[in-house]
Amino acid sequence: MAWFRKSGRKRVETADSDLWTICPSCSAHIYKQEWEDGLKVCPKCNYHARIGCTERRDLIIDKGTWREYAAHVTTSDPLDFSDAKGPYKEKAAAAKAKTGLKESVLTGDGKIGGIPVSMAIMDFRFLGGSLSGGCGEKITLTAEHAGRHRWPFIIFSASGGARMHEGIVSLMQMAKTCAAIARLNDLGVPFISVLTDPTTGGVSASYAMMGDINIAEPRALIGFAGRRVIEQTIKQKLPDDFQTAEYLLEHGFVDHIVSRKDMKEFLHRVLQYGKRR
Amino acid sequence: MALDFEKPLEEIESRIAELRRLNEKSDADFDTEIAALEKKLRSTSKRVYSRIGSWETVQIARHAERPLLRDYIAGLCSEFLELHGDRCFGDDQGIIGGFATLRQHRVMIIGHQKGKTVEEKIKANFGMASPDGYRKAMRLMNLAAKYKLPIVSFIDTPGAYPGLEAEARGQAEAIARNLTEMSKLPVPVIVVVTGEGGSGGAIGIGVGNVVLMLSNAVYSVISPEGCAAILWRDKEKAPEAAAALKITAEDLTKLGIVDEIIPEPTGGAHRNAEGTIETVGDTIVKHLRRLKRMSARRLIDQRYDKYSKIGRFKKK
Ligand SMILES: [Zn+2]
Repeated sequence: MAWFRKSGRKRVETADSDLWTICPSCSAHIYKQEWEDGLKVCPKCNYHARIGCTERRDLIIDKGTWREYAAHVTTSDPLDFSDAKGPYKEKAAAAKAKTGLKESVLTGDGKIGGIPVSMAIMDFRFLGGSLSGGCGEKITLTAEHAGRHRWPFIIFSASGGARMHEGIVSLMQMAKTCAAIARLNDLGVPFISVLTDPTTGGVSASYAMMGDINIAEPRALIGFAGRRVIEQTIKQKLPDDFQTAEYLLEHGFVDHIVSRKDMKEFLHRVLQYGKRR
Repeated sequence: MALDFEKPLEEIESRIAELRRLNEKSDADFDTEIAALEKKLRSTSKRVYSRIGSWETVQIARHAERPLLRDYIAGLCSEFLELHGDRCFGDDQGIIGGFATLRQHRVMIIGHQKGKTVEEKIKANFGMASPDGYRKAMRLMNLAAKYKLPIVSFIDTPGAYPGLEAEARGQAEAIARNLTEMSKLPVPVIVVVTGEGGSGGAIGIGVGNVVLMLSNAVYSVISPEGCAAILWRDKEKAPEAAAALKITAEDLTKLGIVDEIIPEPTGGAHRNAEGTIETVGDTIVKHLRRLKRMSARRLIDQRYDKYSKIGRFKKK
């Protein structure tokens, strides 16, 4: 459940970075304005690049309706963990400084085409979007909040899995968040899961797979075990499309693959069916 | 098959055995020497085991002679009626389960199976279950709910199987569904971590009202070797990773995840398997008696609270 395992895609190299962006997937040079206008979707290969949680929120939530929830929750260090590179506390502080976030997920409520919803949006930039005690707590609190108001709950996942630095506490968040989802199921409150690049490890093996409806962005990496671990275990080469959104659709684990520009409208259509009657 | 740090003990033990043999065969009397060696054995073992760290505990948890699920079933259950298949695809042997009569209590037992012989190990895939195993376990747990049988889940796995077929059939979904459905089981769920608690593969059948753990078992989000390879960029640093990850029964008790530690004999469960199995049985029965008195509603709420407390944010 390594949260930072790179998916093999190259980092954006920035020659003439003011004007050009290089697609992390196909390396095509794309004029920056076109890249931004296209919501960071590659016009050549349709790769949906990773975007931050506030950017994502602005694409989905009606303007002026967002209220953050459980904003007080930030990282803790239950193991007093240090590795070769130093204390986890410092690593977490650096992630906060870099992203301006307090945890790997943004939580709150707002409206989608006038329909009130609760939402949790993971952010890969914050320690690989890893599931930690704080992240699990925010998702659980927000699911409970959604339950109290009978608002549909939507999670956008973007995560390499559990945060190793919080050890067993992060593993237990899988059970904690799933229990909160189970309560929404009991209440008849819709839960929609959107899987974006990447959704792997402990996040794929908990709430991300438990949507009433699972939606994926095109070409997102989705899977439980890491590609390299599997290759080492079975000693054979894996198919190119292995663990892609398209592979998951073919194998029956997602309902739809939806482009970024169509996501809000799609969610709105689904929410019509989950309305309280 | 002694572990490295056990070697000094093994040497003394083999000398004692040799003298005992001579004692029986000849007229010579070695009683004094034996007594001296036994004294030395006690002090050496005290010294050896007082110094063992998390990494040595990992070795004990993985010990080739450590009691496995089948040993616990044989030692504790007058009947085990194994049930087979997930009704979707197959009958994974990485997780087995069935009706059992455990010291007069009718229960549903599920657990990871590692296997003892090479053949058994391969059949059980070394305790690494596939989605079919997790789905079989959930099917049996739902059956237990229908028959109002308490569930006892034995955890001992290096992790869920990382394979192509396992991914294609939804390893992630199978584990996720178990976590979700286990949280709502209307019957007591007792989890016993007997050996290796390997990450998602362990928690996938590990959501309980009570989590018990043997004193030399380990439970971790990632194997120490895996963590070392990633955070230390060096597999050889597994001992450091094992310590940093806080994976022992004592660590997990302090973190509020394990409810009771089941003591093992000095050196580990393999040094007195029968005794260990009895202690495990006693502890399970103690909690069974307690949990059987709780209503379905209370069991579900207590389980929910247990997990929602883990990682609860406290303002500093
Ligand atoms: Zn591209």
